[in-house]
Amino acid sequence: MASVTFEGVSKHFGSVKAVHDVSFSISDGEFVCLLGPSGCGKTTTLRLIAGLEQATSGRIDIGDREVTYLNPKDRDIGMVFQDYALYPHMTIADNITYPLKVRGLGAAARRKRAEEVATSLQIANLLDRRPGQISGGQQQRTSVARAVVHKPQVFLFDEPLSNLDAKLRLEARSFLKHLQQELGVTAIYVTHDQAEAMALADRIAVMEGGRVVQMGPPLEVYRQPATTFVANFLGSPPMNLLRVRLELTKQQAMLVGETFRLQLPQISERLKGVVSEGEALIAGLRPEHLHMANDSDSWSIAGEVYAIEPLGPEALVTLKVGDSLVTARIFGDEPPKANVGEKAYLLFEPERLHLFKASGERIP
Amino acid sequence: MQQRRSLLSIPASLLFLLPAGVFVFIFIILPFFWIAAVSFTNRTLTGRTAVDPEYVGLANYLRLFDPDRFLRSGEFGASLVITGQFVFFSAIVGQVLLGLLLAWFFFNRKGWVRETVQTLAILAWIMPDVVVAFAWFAFLDRDAGTLNQILSTLGIGKPDWLINLPLVSVIIFNTWRGTAFSMLLFTSAFGSIPPSHLETAAVAGANTWQRLRDIILPLIRTHIITDLILITLWTFNTFTPFLLTGGGPAFQTELVSIFTYRTAFKFFRFGQGSAVGMIMMLINLVFAIFYLFLLRRQQVKL
Ligand SMILES: Nc1ncnc2c1ncn2[C@@H]1O[C@H](COP(=O)(O)OP(=O)(O)OP(=O)(O)O)[C@@H](O)[C@H]1O
Ligand SMILES: [Mg+2]
Repeated sequence: MASVTFEGVSKHFGSVKAVHDVSFSISDGEFVCLLGPSGCGKTTTLRLIAGLEQATSGRIDIGDREVTYLNPKDRDIGMVFQDYALYPHMTIADNITYPLKVRGLGAAARRKRAEEVATSLQIANLLDRRPGQISGGQQQRTSVARAVVHKPQVFLFDEPLSNLDAKLRLEARSFLKHLQQELGVTAIYVTHDQAEAMALADRIAVMEGGRVVQMGPPLEVYRQPATTFVANFLGSPPMNLLRVRLELTKQQAMLVGETFRLQLPQISERLKGVVSEGEALIAGLRPEHLHMANDSDSWSIAGEVYAIEPLGPEALVTLKVGDSLVTARIFGDEPPKANVGEKAYLLFEPERLHLFKASGERIP
Repeated sequence: MQQRRSLLSIPASLLFLLPAGVFVFIFIILPFFWIAAVSFTNRTLTGRTAVDPEYVGLANYLRLFDPDRFLRSGEFGASLVITGQFVFFSAIVGQVLLGLLLAWFFFNRKGWVRETVQTLAILAWIMPDVVVAFAWFAFLDRDAGTLNQILSTLGIGKPDWLINLPLVSVIIFNTWRGTAFSMLLFTSAFGSIPPSHLETAAVAGANTWQRLRDIILPLIRTHIITDLILITLWTFNTFTPFLLTGGGPAFQTELVSIFTYRTAFKFFRFGQGSAVGMIMMLINLVFAIFYLFLLRRQQVKL
């Protein structure tokens, strides 16, 4: 068990800055998810920790050892690849205990350890089969078993659930979380699925274009996204972002949108010195913080009903507000009754409003 | 599905096979039976037995395996022994092993060294036999040859390669000639291994040798067996060394293919030559069946 520290780490492939000046510190036993869209550098970051890539610059530590230039085998890690990378010519038992075999452990001891690990992962009955003869979910567990068998300091996962079907993925997710807490091992987990990251992580690192744009506990990242990119990436459906203009007078501040005017309370505290009169801003509202109403209110935005999608416990109501679409999650047994094209209002509480500069940066 | 299949039902598909089948019959199957038949006669090119060969039973075969002369220089047994050495050193050790090592060495290595070696190897493989033989004559020549120029500069002396070390020369020649094929085959085999398989092994702590033994070789086993089949059969049947040594001196490089040629076309004893041809065919068959058996066993295991 160990901490993992990045200090100004970059990895460039020619002119591609896959990872650029990344610094973070993951403490012992923590579960961290690297989250971001395709091509943002998640896998490269993970491979830098594993030693499968060499950093162009910067320093990487595992525990109290610098590992920047160490080979993968000297870093004491376990890794699960997206395709599981099980060896087709070996039995499940041999696959699981391969890290022990290369360390020179005898056959009997290996078998004993394989049984131990396989039992805790509920694949003990498969030990003598080959990877081609077990299901995708079982292959995933085998791959996890191989990563934990030699009790490494750090676990690395690269989208380990993306090859499973939706139902199995939820099961495997709970299972991984349970396993990590039971073993108490530091884990770093790459995913582009925000729900997976929210569910698993102690902390989420959101990456964009080779950089970590925000790192924090899931709820913090969800509630106080540092940029519009983060706000838009987390949540399903994502946060509604609306272009607004700020009208600032001595006494009050007003956000002016295409179909609404919102008067901000305690304006001076929040915005003083940060924004200026007439500045273009971005207002953010989470779908679950919007309620539907037939009448306007001082905290509402007006629009026309665009679509209503009942999902069971909730319904997604989308309004057309000027040129943009705003989605609300309306909870309740009955989906709201409204016709497409009808005028409607979405209400919210003032403290639910997020404000960002036009550049995307959060206004605290 | 049923409907579709009947379109390519047996009579229709046979029709498509017919043109190819005719050629196979005329040029492969017919000669095979003709040679089989001739091998039981005393047919020659000239003389009475050319017009009116007689049935001699197993005489041709018995003569080949006559224990008194079997292993004598210039006889069939001696030729088989030479061919055995030739195949073992220039096919299995030379081409297959060297090709594997070269492919392994250049695996995941880029740059001009790899490009140059691969290009040269392929050149050696695609050049016409006669050109190559002539080039090797020049290379191995006792007084003016490149090899001896180099060796004498190093103070090693000037052996007369084709006279004093004919079999070694021919083995080196054939290895040089054919290694490119194995190298290319294994290079593509290595390329077919998913990178994550090797990276998992690296993370697990396997060193280079363990990775080769535990992961790479088992994963490319089929490729290795296929390569062994092809290279062994090609080398066993090759005639090109004849261009270099003519089978000599004193039959020292007389491979079975050259022995067959000498029997059938130098002394024009067609009956005898056909018998040798039949034996070679049987040996080829045994090789092929043995390797196919290995291949089959591999597939059952997976
Ligand atoms: N070996 C390489 N050579 C050149 N460019 C690379 C290499 N590996 C990655 N890149 C580039 O670096 C960037 C980051 O790649 P990376 O694989 O880390 O993305 P990712 O976040 O894992 O994406 P995904 O979710 O699609 O897996 C990409 O632009 C990619 O094209
Ligand atoms: Mg990736």
